[in-house]
Amino acid sequence: MNFLLKKMKEIEPLFEKGGRFEKLHSVYDGFATFLFVSDKVTSKGTHIRDYMDMKRTMTVVLIALMPALLFGCYNIGLQHTRAFGIDDWTLMQMFWFGFLKLLPMIIVSYVVGLGIEFVAAQIRGHEINEGYLVTGMLIPLIMPIDVPLWMVAVSVAFAVIIGKEIFGGTGMNILNPALTARAFLFFSYPGWMTGDAVWIEGLVKGGGLDGFSGATPLAVAKLEGIAHMPSAMDMFIGTIPGSVGETSTVAILIGALILLLTGVGSWRIMLSMTLGALGIGLLLNATGGNDYTQIPAYYHLIMGGFAFGTVFMATDPVTAAQTNTGKYIYGALTGILVVVIRVFNPAYPEGTMLAILLMNVMAPLIDHYVVNANIRRRIKRIRTA
Amino acid sequence: MEKVEKEPLLSAKNIKLLKNPLGQDNPITVQVLGICSALAVTVKMKPAIVMAISVMVVLAVSNVVIAALRKSIPGRIRIIVQLVVIATMVILVDQFLKAFAFDVSKQLSVFVGLIITNCIIMGRLEAFAMANKPWPSFLDGLGNAWGYGWILIAVSFFREFLGTGSIMGFPVMEKLGVYNFGYEDNGMMILPPMALITVGIIIWVQRARNKSLIETK
Repeated sequence: MNFLLKKMKEIEPLFEKGGRFEKLHSVYDGFATFLFVSDKVTSKGTHIRDYMDMKRTMTVVLIALMPALLFGCYNIGLQHTRAFGIDDWTLMQMFWFGFLKLLPMIIVSYVVGLGIEFVAAQIRGHEINEGYLVTGMLIPLIMPIDVPLWMVAVSVAFAVIIGKEIFGGTGMNILNPALTARAFLFFSYPGWMTGDAVWIEGLVKGGGLDGFSGATPLAVAKLEGIAHMPSAMDMFIGTIPGSVGETSTVAILIGALILLLTGVGSWRIMLSMTLGALGIGLLLNATGGNDYTQIPAYYHLIMGGFAFGTVFMATDPVTAAQTNTGKYIYGALTGILVVVIRVFNPAYPEGTMLAILLMNVMAPLIDHYVVNANIRRRIKRIRTA
Repeated sequence: MEKVEKEPLLSAKNIKLLKNPLGQDNPITVQVLGICSALAVTVKMKPAIVMAISVMVVLAVSNVVIAALRKSIPGRIRIIVQLVVIATMVILVDQFLKAFAFDVSKQLSVFVGLIITNCIIMGRLEAFAMANKPWPSFLDGLGNAWGYGWILIAVSFFREFLGTGSIMGFPVMEKLGVYNFGYEDNGMMILPPMALITVGIIIWVQRARNKSLIETK
């Protein structure tokens, strides 16, 4: 590490004002603060500089994503062996198979996304936004494994430029960039994002076992009826078809634990979203209506993208509600909407993505009313006193 | 007899009436009028072009008619009079399209009729034709309709090209053979939100090039 630090210090003057690579200052700054804690000292006024800056926060989220990522790799291999009738692969073989399939998508996501971020930072003369570190990892995890790489590149470019940069970059975006990328793909190339072949590596090109269906549990519930859904244990552990990182509730819960212990993720949103989904699920179980209302309420928590969305997407500090009361409302409404879309909209078996995006848009409104209610309450207190 | 100094037909001032709406005073990208039809008829280029021409005819003729009548229209009922003129023109255009271009007319469906409510037309009648002579009003109408039309055609070009892989119905992408390399048409370009985003990108480019359009707070 010392060697790296020395090297970085050595080339630093080149990037300062008057240096040869002055234009690339933000690139240098981005790398330097990514590798080491910034040693900048502010000279005017009182500032508090916390060691836990945005880059460290993002790193924690990345670590929290690892269990889901690792399980995702294993599951890609596992689903592949099931679909193609291979029965002599070891666990390591399945993992490597999945890892090698996933790696190009991660690389494309980071290269395209960070490339745009770097260019945008240069044009604006800003520091590089580190928000993409997490977004770039989230995007491959919420895609079906068989999506062509150029589509990933296009959707990443769309999400970063239209979803984030035109609003002013990290911290100013209205919509969660990772979900924007997914929504863009979902509406642009539905053939690659829905159906029962895209979730398993190689099945789109054909060659799977006769009569094998790679449908997700949600699609199974819609197409074949609730009785044919995989067991709750399978869905909880995650050995089911689905987007790369979303299948394993266990792995996501480990990530949630890391986020909660470090205080990076909001427990209010996670709790209220879970309760919201559970509540509306139980209500629908009791009232009935159509066939899907009979899906057991706790199934909603362990299938599809609900767990992943709750832990990593809805809690995005930028796009979620900012006030504490607002977070409860935001989370609960998101949870309710997920289940409502799943149960009542025949076109979309899964509702997590659209529910979170919709609530992203509503979050500032929720905050507005929460803040105003607080102001009114305090005015009343003054009047009565 | 006294000779009145006559303004040439295409004086610098009149040229401006034609040119300004194309860029710095564009009805869609600067005044943000007529957005609804820009979203609705821009899936394919052909209907967009027909729509642009229809709006041009309606706007230019209504402008001239209102400018000619402007001194005899009572101020209180001027909006009604303007609407009557516009509606007459729209019905004429609609009937003409139904008679000679039925296919396109079917594609445009209700949106030809909705030209009546296109804010650009009422806006120009109210803001320009009510206070100017017929000839400048005619030019103003043409200019604004072109400003509206070229945005429509630009948006529809991108939407048709990226959304269905063709230009004016000619399958460019298929002829180039890019589908063999795994290229696919972008289904979202056909959905209305992408029209809005495309218009937004045009506005973005325009403001990046012409800084005077950026509002100061």
